[in-house]
Amino acid sequence: MGIVTPGFGLIFWTTLTFFILLFLLAKFAWKPILKAVQEREEAIDSALKAAEAAKAEMASLQSSNEQLLKEAREEREQILKEARALRDKTIADAKTAASEEAAKVLDAARAQIHNEKMAAMTEVKNQVAQLAIDMSERILRAELKDATAQKAMIDRAMEDVKMN
Amino acid sequence: MRGVSLPRILQGLMMNLNRFLLGLLLLAAPAAWASEDVHSAEAHADTAAVHVEEHATEHGASHAEEAKEGFDPATVIMHHIGDSHGWHLFDWNEHPVSIPLPVILYTDNGLVVFSSAEFHHDQEGTHVVEAGGQRFVNIHEKIYYASDVANEHGVYADMDHETHEVANAKPWDVSITKNVAALLFAAIVILALFLSTARSYKKNPNGAPRGLAGFVEPLVVFVRDDIAKNNIGHHYKRFVPLLLTIFFFIWINNLLGLVPFFPGGANVTGNIAVTMVLAVITFVVTNINGNKHYWGHIFWMPGLPVFVKPVLAIVEFIGIFTKPFSLMIRLFANITAGHIIVLSLVSLVFIFETVWVSPASVLLTLFISVLELLVAALQAYIFTLLTALYIGSAVQDDHH
Repeated sequence: MGIVTPGFGLIFWTTLTFFILLFLLAKFAWKPILKAVQEREEAIDSALKAAEAAKAEMASLQSSNEQLLKEAREEREQILKEARALRDKTIADAKTAASEEAAKVLDAARAQIHNEKMAAMTEVKNQVAQLAIDMSERILRAELKDATAQKAMIDRAMEDVKMN
Repeated sequence: MRGVSLPRILQGLMMNLNRFLLGLLLLAAPAAWASEDVHSAEAHADTAAVHVEEHATEHGASHAEEAKEGFDPATVIMHHIGDSHGWHLFDWNEHPVSIPLPVILYTDNGLVVFSSAEFHHDQEGTHVVEAGGQRFVNIHEKIYYASDVANEHGVYADMDHETHEVANAKPWDVSITKNVAALLFAAIVILALFLSTARSYKKNPNGAPRGLAGFVEPLVVFVRDDIAKNNIGHHYKRFVPLLLTIFFFIWINNLLGLVPFFPGGANVTGNIAVTMVLAVITFVVTNINGNKHYWGHIFWMPGLPVFVKPVLAIVEFIGIFTKPFSLMIRLFANITAGHIIVLSLVSLVFIFETVWVSPASVLLTLFISVLELLVAALQAYIFTLLTALYIGSAVQDDHH
C-alpha cells in the first residue's frame, strides 16, 4: 500500500471518529472544563478585587478613626479650656463679691463707729458743758458771797454795757 | 507579530531536524537499502506515490523470496508504517501471529464483512476469500475482486503490463484496519482522559485542580490562551473546542504510536489519510469563516499597485490550498520519519547479524525515542498553532 496514497477506509473512519470525538469532547469535556477554569479565574479575580477593596476600606476606616480621635482630642481640649475659664471666672467673681461685701461691712462699721463717736463726743460735750456750768456756778457763788464783790461785778458788767 | 514569526522559526527548525534525522538514518544503515528508503521517504512529498507503488509491485515477489533467505529491513519498515488488515504482533516459529480485524467491504452487492484471518496472512493475492457470494484477494493490503483463475505466479489477479498495477476492480474498503483500530483505541483513551477530568471539575468546582485535572488544565489553558487567543483574536472562543480536539487527537495518537507494542505502535498520525482529514478540516473551517477582509486580501490585496494585484491574487489563491497541504505533509512526514528511524535502528542487529551491535542500536533508539516524545508534542502544537493562525487570518477584523 503506497504510503502517500490516502486510503478511503481510513479517511472514512478518521472523519467519523474525529467528528464523534469533537462532538463528545466539546459537549462533555471542553465545555465543563473551560467553564470551570473561567469561573475559577473570575472567582480569583473577584476575590482579589474584594481584598483590594477591603484594604482600601480599612485604610479609609483608619483615617476616619484618626479623624475622630483628633476631633475628640480637640473637643476635650475645648472642654478643658472652657472649664478652666469658668473656674477662673467663678473664682474672680467670688473674689469680687467677697471684697465688695467686706467693703460694705467695713463702711457700715466705719459709719457706726463714726456715729458712736459723734454720740460719745456729744455726750462728752454735754458733760463738759454741764461740768463747766457747774464749775462756773460754784465759782460765781464763791466770788459773789459778799456785797462788794457783787457790786464790783455789777460795775464791771455795767462798764462793758456802757462801752457798747 | 509574534504569532507569525514563532511558527516560521519552528517550521524551519523542524525541517532542519528532519534533515538531521534523515542524515542519521543514512549514517546508521547500510547504504544499499538506506539510500533507497530515504529516497522514497524524501520523495513522497511530491510524486512518490507512483514511485513507491512501482517499487512495491515490481519487487514484491523478489522481496518475498529475500525474506525467506534473510532479513529485509525495507519491507519490514514499509509494512509497519503502512496500514494492514490484521494487527501483526510477532512471529512465532516463523509463523506470523496477528490479531484478526474485521474486513468491511462495500461491494456492488452491498456490504460484505469477514475476518482478516481468512486471508491467512496472504498479501500476494494467492489466497482467495469467498464471502457474500463474491471472491476477494489481498494484494499488498489492498482488496480486489479476485479473478476466476490464477495467473502464472499463482495470483488471482490480472496485472496491467504497462503500469505494473493490478487491473482488477476494487470494492469500497471500509475495513477496521490496524490504523482504524489504533485510532478507535486512541479515541477511547482521549474520551476516558477528558471525560473523567470534566467529572473531577463537577466534584470539585472552584477548587485547586487535582490529579488528572492538574495535568490537563495547564494544557487546556495553554491551547486556549497561547494558541487560540493569541492567534485568532477576540473571536477565539468558538474555535477553542476544535483546536483542543485537534491538539489532543494528534498528540495522543503520536504518543501511542511511540509505544512499541500492542495496542500502540500503529503509524496513525504518520498516515497520509489521517493527516489529510485533519488538514481538510482546517481548510474547511478557515474558508467557511473567512470574512470580507480575508477574501479581500486574497483576491485584491490592498495597498499595492494595480498591476501587481492579479499576480498576487493567483499566488494567494494557491496559498489557500498550500497552507493546509503543508499541514498534511508536515505531520505525516515527521511522524513517519520517526517510525522509520526507530525501526531502522532496531533493524541494525538483524542487518549485521551480531548481538554486539545491540548497545549502539538500543542507545540510539532510546535517544531517538526521547526525541520523538518531543516531536510528538511539537507536531501537535505546530499543527494546532498553524490552524489557529489560518483561522485567525480568516476572522480578524480590518485593522493594521
